Amino acid sequence: MFADWPLLSLLVWLPIISGIVVLMVGDRSPQAVRRLSLFGSLLVFLISLLLVTGFDSTTASMQFVERLPWISTFHIEYFLGVDGISMPLIILTTFTTVLVVLAGWDVIEEKVSQYMAAFLIMEGMMIGTFAALDAIQFYFFFEGMLIPMYLVIGIWGGPRRVYATLKFFLYTFLGSVFMLVALIYMYFQSGSFSVLDMHALPLNMTEQTLIFLAFLIAFAVKIPMWPVHTWLPDAHVEAPTGGSVILAAIMLKIGGYGFMRFSLPITPDASHALDWMIIFMSLVAIVYIGFVALAQSDMKKLVAYSSISHMGFVTLGMFVVFMIMANPVGEGGAALALEGAMIQMVSHGFISAAMFLAIGVMYDRLHSREISAYGGVASSMPMFAAFVVLFAMANVGLPGTSGFVGEFMVILASYKANFWIAFIAALTLIIGAAYTLWMVKRVIFGEIRHQEVARMPDLNGREFVIMASLAFFVLLVGVWPDPLAHVMHASIDNLVHHIAQSKL
Amino acid sequence: METLYLWIVLSPLIGAIIAGLFGRQIGRVGAHSVTIAGVAVSFLLALVAFNFHVIDGHAAFNGPVYTWLASDLFSFDVGFLVDNLTAVMMVVVTGVSLMVHIYTIGYMHEDPGYQRFFSYISLFTFSMLMLVMSNNFMQLFFGWEAVGLVSYLLIGFWYKRETAIYANLKAFLVNRVGDFGFLIGIAAILVYTNTLDYAAVFQQADQLAAIQVELIPGVEWSLISVICILLFIGAMGKSAQVPLHVWLPDSMEGPTPISALIHAATMVTAGIFMVARMSPMYELSEAALAFIMVIGAITALSMGLLGIVANDIKQVIAYSTLSQLGYMTVALGASAYSAAIFHLMTHAFFKALLFLAAGSVIIAMHHEQDIRKMGGLRKYMPVTFWTFLIGALALIGFPGFSGFFSKDAIIEAVHHSTLPGAGLAYWLVLLGVFVTAFYTFRMFFMVFFGKERMDKHTREHLHESPKVVTLPLVLLAIPAVIIGWIAIEPMLFGDLFKGIIHVSESHDVLAVVGATFHGAGAFVLHGLMSPAVGLAAAGVALAWLITLKTPAVAAQAEVRFAWLNRLLKRGYGFDAFNQAFFANGSLRLGRGLWKWSDMAVIDGLMVNGSAHLVGRLAAVSRLMQTGLMYHYAFVMIVALLLMMTWALFF
Repeated sequence: MFADWPLLSLLVWLPIISGIVVLMVGDRSPQAVRRLSLFGSLLVFLISLLLVTGFDSTTASMQFVERLPWISTFHIEYFLGVDGISMPLIILTTFTTVLVVLAGWDVIEEKVSQYMAAFLIMEGMMIGTFAALDAIQFYFFFEGMLIPMYLVIGIWGGPRRVYATLKFFLYTFLGSVFMLVALIYMYFQSGSFSVLDMHALPLNMTEQTLIFLAFLIAFAVKIPMWPVHTWLPDAHVEAPTGGSVILAAIMLKIGGYGFMRFSLPITPDASHALDWMIIFMSLVAIVYIGFVALAQSDMKKLVAYSSISHMGFVTLGMFVVFMIMANPVGEGGAALALEGAMIQMVSHGFISAAMFLAIGVMYDRLHSREISAYGGVASSMPMFAAFVVLFAMANVGLPGTSGFVGEFMVILASYKANFWIAFIAALTLIIGAAYTLWMVKRVIFGEIRHQEVARMPDLNGREFVIMASLAFFVLLVGVWPDPLAHVMHASIDNLVHHIAQSKL
Repeated sequence: METLYLWIVLSPLIGAIIAGLFGRQIGRVGAHSVTIAGVAVSFLLALVAFNFHVIDGHAAFNGPVYTWLASDLFSFDVGFLVDNLTAVMMVVVTGVSLMVHIYTIGYMHEDPGYQRFFSYISLFTFSMLMLVMSNNFMQLFFGWEAVGLVSYLLIGFWYKRETAIYANLKAFLVNRVGDFGFLIGIAAILVYTNTLDYAAVFQQADQLAAIQVELIPGVEWSLISVICILLFIGAMGKSAQVPLHVWLPDSMEGPTPISALIHAATMVTAGIFMVARMSPMYELSEAALAFIMVIGAITALSMGLLGIVANDIKQVIAYSTLSQLGYMTVALGASAYSAAIFHLMTHAFFKALLFLAAGSVIIAMHHEQDIRKMGGLRKYMPVTFWTFLIGALALIGFPGFSGFFSKDAIIEAVHHSTLPGAGLAYWLVLLGVFVTAFYTFRMFFMVFFGKERMDKHTREHLHESPKVVTLPLVLLAIPAVIIGWIAIEPMLFGDLFKGIIHVSESHDVLAVVGATFHGAGAFVLHGLMSPAVGLAAAGVALAWLITLKTPAVAAQAEVRFAWLNRLLKRGYGFDAFNQAFFANGSLRLGRGLWKWSDMAVIDGLMVNGSAHLVGRLAAVSRLMQTGLMYHYAFVMIVALLLMMTWALFF
């Protein structure tokens, strides 16, 4: 019965329409706004589950396709579709948005309707980014989502929000301008803005290199990679909890998605030629950023740096494939690396959301993000402490949690490329444990040193539901990642075959 | 049988989940009932499995439970391999765990975290079973890290104590260093064999041995040696071998029952089990074996020496654990894998016994652990005294006690080994026997004999511990005495591990030892002539001399050898070095990178620098936008003129 519904359009526009409705209801009755937003986001989440049930994991071709002419003068189309790479990320988006609405429930008291509307509209834009198969449409959503995020940080943010928003906006905006130029160039070559046509477009090495670099600037900023990462800690620190959650759980993934949807298939030869650079930057992110995380005294900064370090595994997994394919030792490994990168993205969505929400729970009670303001939280909030230890262990990559799966796959696969790459990447086992658990030690364990900590009430029902649902997914993916990987197989295999063919 | 194995693993897990999530609802009695029931079921089923495989001689079970992940060409399964080796481990793990569960009712009865504690130890039992029953490296790594997690949670069980949460962080991080090597070893296996299934990997072991790899350009290594040493680094972390031993003494911050269960009997022996399980690979690398033997021998002696100067009853036993783990490791290095497993088993019983007896002493002493403040406890706590004595005799290898059989077998095996380093190892482990006897009986005499050095209040309240505490002591004392008599023949010289543990002919030292083996009784008689027994007796005599006969000697020696005392008290300076170099060094590196590279160069120079540049350019261009009409008009006219000129002349 749902087969002929325009599911993807519904997923893109329903949140945006809900956002507009919420705005129109306004702040006269905040409670109604909250309920309406929750209803909207839940409905979108439920609809997105139809993508899972209706998904055909045997094919690599696009599914749930909707294709209409939009601006026919420039052959711009309204072109939506998903495959095994974008579908899990859409579900992650719809799920996270529900949590964000819940997390802002009674914490946000000012301008509730605008806050909720911003997240709902952002949800539509992010789903649009993952589902768009027309490059201009992609660009439209890619840029569009900056505006609500800009507002979220700018209005509900911390004291240095102006600096942070400006840095965030300029960084990401400047990055994507180059991408737009590259997209327009390819339009002139192929006469189409369809991403699928671009995949097939023959390009010589100079063209590929320039296009690759243009994409790299856009996506490296977004994910973010060292050395263009410095906007992220600032943005996280100033953003309200909901903003941090969306930023870490979804927006960073758009960078990784961009590499997989654009860079690798459109410019395979340039990606191959410059893979050493990305691998180098990824390894720097994993090790260097890990050490920087160790030095942080602000919890949000620490988790922000930890995110950058974890994203290093995503970019490493994506670009190590060329070295694996060139390596004569054994067979396979390329798909393992790419699927590892994908699973790492999904898992990081859960874990980083959980970490930022946990910090938000503490911030709501004590209004501090400083590690030194806490200590002994386990005594006053035992239930909360149990969740934090679980998520910290997931962040550390403990087997049985989702954090292990992606890192495990990428480390195994990168050994296929080179022993030393695996060696350096595996250092995260030690460094990641050090910065995460040292924070847990100082915040959660120990004697209560500040009287205010002793008065912190444990999780309320709403917070418990949020934490428990994330814990469920963290454990589910950790104990049985196969269903998640299964969805991706066909698309990833197709991608591996595609990039193995030189365009020259 | 498959369902049975599943229940062995799942019943402790279910107990742990119920006690952990619903601890408040079911209360204390509910929590210990459900977890003890879970572990008891597991123990009984493990006995069934033991009977099935070991006694009845049925073939090993090797099969998958479910596919954890299939990706690319690789399939990662969760599955069980249950053979005689696993069956022995299962019985040891669940048996000791059950004793510890019962004991905990008494030991922890006043603790507010009662339910949480039971949940943790049941979770540990689950994890440890997953580790030993695994049939592949992925699940092995899961169990490996899961026991590490529970160890972390339990060392920091009293999370308000600064020392406890320091110790648990340290334990986790040091173990992670080992796991780092372990994971790369696993990656190497996958890369060269395309599978992580034990059986499939062992089949290809010969091919692995033929491959040379060049990790550093110009230096060729045998792949199998690289893999074996990487895996062994994992074992060094988990089984606390020098220099990754530093976490184990600190782990005594945890409650005593878990010191017995995790940090003596089971978890720390995971590394020993792992190497024995991988014997088909280790046999192909003499380099790895020699490395293992030397590391083990150094651990055996050097950690024993530390036991001499320790005054905390749990610390002394912890150092003895380190030293005994060294003995097991030496056995592995000498290719006497079965002797290592044999010592693992006897050690599990007598060391759990010693720890639990020490816990009984600690309860009586109102949580005082300093042996200098004890003394004369023999008459107040007869059951504890006798069981502790049994444990101590087993530990020092008193002829006829379980530890004698296993330790003597190891020493004999090393004596016959021809691998490089075996000569050194032999002398180190032999000396270790003297040291073991010395520190064990120094502790024993100081606790149970001599002057009663405790304060008056404590002395008045001294009494034997309740039945839930002493019953496990008695139950553990039985195997600590008899298990050696029963097990030595099938384990070392019989075919219990036939087809499971592989020993190449040139390494088969146990066969040499076995050639002169004529039953356990003869083994004891033969052992009486060996230097080890004499050394042990000398150790006990010396301990008696300095604690009871002339305590002044000890004080004199302390002054005379002040430098040695200082060196040992500091544990050879490992802790100080790690703290200064690794902990503070990393922190300083992190701060440096953050302040100088991230904030100064990237943000200051590049990001904000270019923002300032844009700002300055804007300031210049602002000069052109004055907003004055005649400026604009002037520019327009000039421009118009120029264009007209261009149009006219070109």
